[in-house]
Amino acid sequence: MSALQTVKFYQTGTFTVGNRLLAPEERSVQANMQRTNSLNSGHRACQGCGEALGARYAIDAAMNATNRQLIAANATGCLEVFSTPYPETSWQIPWIHSLFGNTAAVATGIAAAIKVKKQKGQGQDVCVVAQGGDGGTTDIGFGCLSGMFERNDDVLYICYDNGGYMNTGVQRSSATPSAARTATTMPLGPEPGNPFGQGKFVPAIAMAHEIPYVATATVADLRDLENKVTKAMSLRGARYIHILVPCPLGWGTASHDTIRMARLAKETGIFPVFEAEHGELKSALAIRRPLPVEEYLRPQKRFAHLFGKNPAVETIARIQAQADKNIRRYGLLSKEAA
Amino acid sequence: MLKQCEGSHAVAEAVALCRPEVICAYPISPQTHIVEGIGEMVKSGELKDCEFINVESEFAAMSVAIGSSAAGARTYTATASQGLLYMVEAVYNASGLGLPIVMTVANRAIGAPINIWNDHSDSLSQRDCGWVQLFAETNQEALDLHIQAFKLAEEISLPVMVCMDGFILTHAYERVDMPTQEQVDAFLPPYEPRQVLDVNEPVSIGAMVGPEAFMEVRYLAHAKQMQALERIPQLAAEFKSVFGRESGGLIRSYRTEDAETIVIAMGSVLGTIKDTVDEMREAGHKIGVLGITSFRPFPLVEVAAALKHCKRFVVLEKSLAVGIGGIVATNVRMAVTGMGLKGYTVVAGLGGRAITMKSLTGLFEKAGRDELDPVNFLDLDWKVVNKQLEREREKRRTGPAAEAMLRDVGAVAARNY
Ligand SMILES: Cc1ncc(C[n+]2csc(CCOP(=O)(O)OP(=O)(O)O)c2C)c(N)n1
Ligand code: SF4
Ligand SMILES: [Mg+2]
Repeated sequence: MSALQTVKFYQTGTFTVGNRLLAPEERSVQANMQRTNSLNSGHRACQGCGEALGARYAIDAAMNATNRQLIAANATGCLEVFSTPYPETSWQIPWIHSLFGNTAAVATGIAAAIKVKKQKGQGQDVCVVAQGGDGGTTDIGFGCLSGMFERNDDVLYICYDNGGYMNTGVQRSSATPSAARTATTMPLGPEPGNPFGQGKFVPAIAMAHEIPYVATATVADLRDLENKVTKAMSLRGARYIHILVPCPLGWGTASHDTIRMARLAKETGIFPVFEAEHGELKSALAIRRPLPVEEYLRPQKRFAHLFGKNPAVETIARIQAQADKNIRRYGLLSKEAA
Repeated sequence: MLKQCEGSHAVAEAVALCRPEVICAYPISPQTHIVEGIGEMVKSGELKDCEFINVESEFAAMSVAIGSSAAGARTYTATASQGLLYMVEAVYNASGLGLPIVMTVANRAIGAPINIWNDHSDSLSQRDCGWVQLFAETNQEALDLHIQAFKLAEEISLPVMVCMDGFILTHAYERVDMPTQEQVDAFLPPYEPRQVLDVNEPVSIGAMVGPEAFMEVRYLAHAKQMQALERIPQLAAEFKSVFGRESGGLIRSYRTEDAETIVIAMGSVLGTIKDTVDEMREAGHKIGVLGITSFRPFPLVEVAAALKHCKRFVVLEKSLAVGIGGIVATNVRMAVTGMGLKGYTVVAGLGGRAITMKSLTGLFEKAGRDELDPVNFLDLDWKVVNKQLEREREKRRTGPAAEAMLRDVGAVAARNY
């Protein structure tokens, strides 16, 4: 008879622990049989869409945290289009789409109405979440977003960052990474893809507004994302969560690689995952197993021009430098890894 | 209660009497005093259960209004000129969604060249945006129209613009009769939304509609404006029964009984026109006035009926449809199609240019002799215009036209408008 097999609590190759081994209150919202299914099946997202995944995690967690007392305002973009082709809708909560660039302000209006109704004894305590893509958040919706932050309006804004204007066919946004190919930053000329030295990282700008809560997350760390949404819902005032959501169509990745890509973005330092309160960094999700950015870039067709016959060594080094800067700035190396 | 106050203040008080729940504001002359007035009332606690939000742009103002209205709150904002243009995308969205927001437009010119003074270019640029547009003739009417506007908007689920002449009304001190809270409450019931963001009955608002139903949904917007066409005169009558005075309605005729010439206009200029007509009547001219209060919906049938017995009409408007002539005139001509009337368009008062009785008398006399051109520009300084056109023929790099023309005009004080 062979020796007893050692019990493994962790799945090979990951640091995640199985839900069934956790106490019920620590289990993920998604693992709950009674989960709300905020984004119902039947929507029209592409297979493996990170945005659909991120939105369901986030809104399920928010519904759970608020006992379904939740209203959402949604910017124009993939999420809006794939979730609500009238007369169908995937949403279980009151939901409004107004325009591409005004979602934060629409949410402010909803929050104001709720406040007055409550004051008058005509309504209950209802929370407001605004959500949009990176284009609707970091570009066209930025004025309204900054206004909502600055006034500390009682809204949680969630940005689903897939690094481009995906709904209109993958054009560049101010969240498109350096060197990435998009329909408007083609891999042509002396600096192929999206130019270096451009773009903005809105979580840092949100922090500069000194709002109560700013966090980043990815769809690779489900529990982390849920915890952040839950925490955000326990606070009042302006809150911002920026979620990296890989887009198989725009990134040129396999549908089954969405979570892997999100994990690689975090593990390479390309996308820092952290939490901040009132403008101060509170914690960061440590990189457990540091990886070179190449690992993240190589599987994506939008970076294919960096890996041809003559690899763009210099360009890859510049991207590595960006990741290294993130690692330094947000203290991303765990003791284990350092 | 009778009181002497600024037009803006009268409107601010009237809006407060309507028990608004959310007000968003972004400053632009000549709207500022209105929102300042309401802001003060909210801050002092005089106006209770109302959120006053200082937003970062007019686009945000209308967007906040969209959110609060969709969440069931009675919502108000005010703007003018560049501000109205800055919010246009949201203006169309509010009407498309059928949200009964009320907005004051303190009518002002649109740049370039930038100009803060009154004309109707701003709200008339939004003639097809789906909002009801009511034009006030006096401060009293501006005040009254706001009370009617909330009722109309909420009944038919459409937003309403109350347009009042910037400075000429907003900044003029006049006597107004301020209604009591009891009167307003008796006239204006609480807001019962048709659609609302309610956690107890979740709906999705504002989603995509394809070609299979878009026409029908848009037609409904038109149908609602047609409902407004019926409701506006009824509301004016109901208003009269509660408040005891005539205000609002679709159109208003003045001394048109036997008139051969009827002058058509909107807003405060009607006062000057009526004075001019009174004088001309005394001199034996058969002339009358037709004031249009409801520009959207446009009362085609009522206008046609009002012009039935005249020989000619003159549309005097504070707007210019560049490349064709008049905006209001185009609408009036549609109303009188096939009636065989002579019609003249007069563009007047752009950017605050004074419209004097003297100029009007000359203009109307010419109209009576059918000596007007199809499109006329009241008191236009042809010398200045022709000089600039000449310069442009002679030279390529003529620089900013506005600067050169102002130089030709000379010191503004030297002009006796
Ligand atoms: C004012 C305006 N400009 C442009 C568009 C076209 N548009 C619709 S969705 C979209 C892209 C959305 O990109 P993003 O916000 O990143 O969301 P994604 O689709 O990538 O999730 C664009 C450009 C629009 N609807 N409105
Ligand atoms: S294009 Fe990208 S973001 Fe849009 S539905 Fe497809 S995978 Fe999702
Ligand atoms: Mg995007």
